[in-house]
Amino acid sequence: MALYLSKSGKLLPHFKQKICSLGMISLSSIASCFSQNPPLSPEHGKTPYAAPSLFASRRFGSVKAENLASINNTADSQALNFPGGMVKFTPELKFISDLPEERINCYRVLDESGHLLTSDFVEIDKDIAVKMYKEMVMLQTVDTIFYEAQRQGRISFYVTAAGEEAINIASAAALSMDDFVFPQVKSIRPVQYREAGVLLWRGFGLQDLANQCFGNVGDNCKGRQMPAHYGSKKHNYFTVASTVATQIPHAVGAAYSLKMEGRDACTITYFGDGGTSTGDFHAAMNFAAVLEAPVILFCRNNGWAISTPVSDQFRSDGIVVRGQAYGIRSIRVDGNDALAVFSAVHMARKMAISESRPVLIEALTYRAGHHSTSDDSSKYRPIEEIEWWRAVQDPVARFRKWLEIQGWWSCESDTELRDRARQEVLDAIQVAEKMEKPDLGEIFRDVYDFPPSNLSDQEKSLRQTVQRHQRDYTHFQL
Amino acid sequence: MAAAILHGVGATTPLSSVKYNNSRRSLPGSGITERKRASFVIQCYGSLSSGLNIGINRAVKLSTNAVATKQDSVTASTPSKPGHELLLFEALREGLEEEMERDPWVCVMGEDVGHYGGSYKVTKGLADKYGDLRVLDTPIAENSFTGMGIGAAMTGLRPIVEGMNMGFLLLAFNQISNNCGMLHYTSGGQFKIPIVIRGPGGVGRQLGAEHSQRLESYFQSIPGIQMVACSTPYNAKGLMKAAIRSDNPVILFEHVLLYNLKERIPDEEYVLSLEESEMVRTGDHVTILTYSRMRYHVMQAAKTLVNKGYDPEVIDIRSLKPFDLHTIGNSVKKTHRVVIVEECMRTGGIGASLTASINEHFHDYLDAPIVCLSSQDVPTPYAGTLEDWTVVQPAQIVAAVEQLCR
Repeated sequence: MALYLSKSGKLLPHFKQKICSLGMISLSSIASCFSQNPPLSPEHGKTPYAAPSLFASRRFGSVKAENLASINNTADSQALNFPGGMVKFTPELKFISDLPEERINCYRVLDESGHLLTSDFVEIDKDIAVKMYKEMVMLQTVDTIFYEAQRQGRISFYVTAAGEEAINIASAAALSMDDFVFPQVKSIRPVQYREAGVLLWRGFGLQDLANQCFGNVGDNCKGRQMPAHYGSKKHNYFTVASTVATQIPHAVGAAYSLKMEGRDACTITYFGDGGTSTGDFHAAMNFAAVLEAPVILFCRNNGWAISTPVSDQFRSDGIVVRGQAYGIRSIRVDGNDALAVFSAVHMARKMAISESRPVLIEALTYRAGHHSTSDDSSKYRPIEEIEWWRAVQDPVARFRKWLEIQGWWSCESDTELRDRARQEVLDAIQVAEKMEKPDLGEIFRDVYDFPPSNLSDQEKSLRQTVQRHQRDYTHFQL
Repeated sequence: MAAAILHGVGATTPLSSVKYNNSRRSLPGSGITERKRASFVIQCYGSLSSGLNIGINRAVKLSTNAVATKQDSVTASTPSKPGHELLLFEALREGLEEEMERDPWVCVMGEDVGHYGGSYKVTKGLADKYGDLRVLDTPIAENSFTGMGIGAAMTGLRPIVEGMNMGFLLLAFNQISNNCGMLHYTSGGQFKIPIVIRGPGGVGRQLGAEHSQRLESYFQSIPGIQMVACSTPYNAKGLMKAAIRSDNPVILFEHVLLYNLKERIPDEEYVLSLEESEMVRTGDHVTILTYSRMRYHVMQAAKTLVNKGYDPEVIDIRSLKPFDLHTIGNSVKKTHRVVIVEECMRTGGIGASLTASINEHFHDYLDAPIVCLSSQDVPTPYAGTLEDWTVVQPAQIVAAVEQLCR
C-alpha cells in the first residue's frame, strides 16, 4: 500500500493533511501525561512520536480530543493513550505465560449417568426434549446405515457425525428457523461436513438426504455435489463446500447482511479443531469482531483432524482462549452434553442478536467414528480409546438417561424408535437407489444464470458424442 | 506517449477516404486471394450491417477514425443531452453510486474503500453518503473478505468487493474458484452469488513485479464466473452497472494507468452488455483484437498504419469470459487476418485462449496464422526501460501488421 501513496501525487497530500491536523490536537495533551521523560512543553514544537489514534480519531472526531484533554489532568498517571487505547506501564520485565495455569473450565450440565449437576441451564420442555432425542437417534441411525451403504459400494463417500450427535441436534434446537447455518459437513447448518443433524432438525427429509447421497433426480443439488454435502435454501442451510473453513467468512458475510437488515436472526457456523488453523478462521474471527457481526462461531473440537491430533494442530489451550485474542466472548462446553450445548447456544444467540456481537463456542467432544469412509482411524489411534469414548461418553445415551429420570422416555419407546428409524432409513435408501440420475443437461445448467454460447456449444457437442457412441454410454440418460 | 494517448481519447479525427484508397497496398498477388478480395468487398457491407449491431450509420460510411469513439449498443447514436465530462475513476464511481441509489442491497467492501474513499478514489464520498457499514472497510485478508462477500451475496446482498490491486486477489483464489464459481452450481441453483469483484491490474509505472500482474490469465479457466475489462470512461460506467445487475459473479478488470482518462459520457442512464465487444475502428485489412490499456497502444499504432496505407479493424474485446465470438468472427470473416495485442504473458494468457478459440471456429477464414503480441513470460521488472520492453509497444504492433499484410 505504501507504494501507491508514494506514486500517486494526488493521494499523498490528502494523507499528509490528516496527520498534521490530528498531530496538533494530541501533542499538547499527551506531552503532560508522559511523566517518565523530561517534560515537553506544548510550546516546544517538536514531535517525538507519530500522530496517535489516526484511525480512531477519524471516526469519533473531536470526542477523542476531549478525552485526551481530560487525561491531561491526572499528572502522575503511568499510562499512555497509544493507538488502540490507554495502556498502563509496568517496570517489570515479565512475559505473559504461553498457557494459562489451569485450562479453561468446561461447562457441563449432565454427568455421564444423566444426573443434573447444576441448575444454571436453560430449561427445555418435554416436547422439545423428546424431539431432540428422537432426532439424535435418527442421526445415529442415518450415519450407521449410510456408512454401511458406502461400504457396500452403494454410495461413493460418506461422513458420519458419530459422537457428535448432541452438538448437531442440541445446537439446532436452540436456534430459530430464520438463523442461517453455514456447515462444514458434519452438521446440518452452515457447516463443514459433520452437521447433518442440524438439517434433520429443520425438517429436511430422510428421502432428501438419501437423494443427495445418491445424486439422483430428486437431489436438490441436482447431482452436483459429493454425498453429505447438503444444501437447502428453504431451511436456511447453506450448501456445503469441501474446502475447509471457507464457510466461516461466508457466515460473517451473512451476519453482515442480517445486521444491515436489522433482522432478528443470527448466523451460526461450524468447524472442527483442524479448521481453526486456517487463515480463513483467523480473518473471519477478526472480521466478526471488528464488524460486530451477529454470528455464532461453533468449534467442534473432537481431538482429531483426520490423523492429526490436536497436539500437532495447535499449542494453545484449545480454541476457547482464542476468543479473547480477537475480542470475542467465548465459552467452552461439554460437547457430549446436549443440555449444556443447548444452553450455551441459546444464550449465545441472544447475545449475538441483541448486542450484535460474535460469540465463540468450543464444544469439547470426541470423533467416535473415522474421519470419513476414506479413512481407517485405527491406524493412528488406539482402538481402546475409541471404544471408551463411544461407550462412556456417548451423548445419546447420556441424554436418554436424563429423559428417563424425568419420566419422559422409556426402554420400550427406545427399541420401537430405533426399529422404526432403521426401517425408514433403509426404505429411503432403497427408493433413492432406484431413482434415475439427473439428465445430461444438468452438467451445463446453473453454471451461470443463463448458459452462454460456449456452454451451449459444448452441450450440443456432448449430446452428439453420446448419440454417436451409444454403446459406450448405455448408462447415460439424454 | 502516454499523454498523447490520453488526450487523443474522445477526439474524432476522420481521415479522408481518398488518401485511404490510393495508398492501400495490394495484397500478395495470388489469384485466390484477389478473388477472395473482390468478393470480399461485396461481402464487406453485408457482414457489417448484419453482424454489427453497433452504430450502423458509422459502418456504412466506413468510419476511418483512428482513435476511440463512443460505441453504444443501447441508446441512439446522437444523445439528446450534451453529456458530461469525467475521468474514468469518476465514471466507475458514478456507475457504482447510481446502482447503490437504485438498489439498497448493493454494498461495497474492501481495504480503505470507506473512510479513505478507495486507493484510486473509486469509492470516494460513498461512505459519507451511505454509511460505513454499506461501504465497508475491511482488515487485510483478501480471501476472507471475498468469502464474506460471497456469504453476503448468498443471503441476498449484491456486494462489490474491491481488490486494492488485482494481484492481491491471488490470496482470494480459493474463495473465487471453489466457492464463488461453484456454489450456484453445486447447490442446484438454490443459492446465487451476484458478486462483483473489481480492482486495478495490469502493468503500471514501475510498480514492481507483484503489483503489475494480469490476473485475467489465472482466472479465465474458473467455471461459473464472467470476466470483463473496461477501457474508457464510457464502457467503465456501463460495465460496472451491468456487472452489479448481473446475477452471476463478475470480475471487472480495471487498469492502473487508465483511471485518469477523460471522456464525455451521456447524461442519460445506460447499461452495457457484459458479453459484447466494442468496435473501435472498422477496417478491411486486418482484425486487431485487444482490451484494456493495450487498446490505446493499438490505436496509436493504427494512426501510423493508416498513414502507411493500411486499414486495420480494431476491436476492444471487453468481454474476456466468454469471448464475443460473434463480433470477432464477423471481423475475421471480413479481414482474414488477426493480430491479438494483450498485456498478459505469452503462456496461458487471454491471447492464448483467444488464438485457440479463433483457430477452432474460424480456421477456414484465416489467410495467415494468428499473430499474438503479448508480454514475455517474465515478472515485470522495475527499471523503466526494462518495464517498457516487457509491454507491447505501438511500433511492434505496426511491424506485426505490416508483416502480416505483406
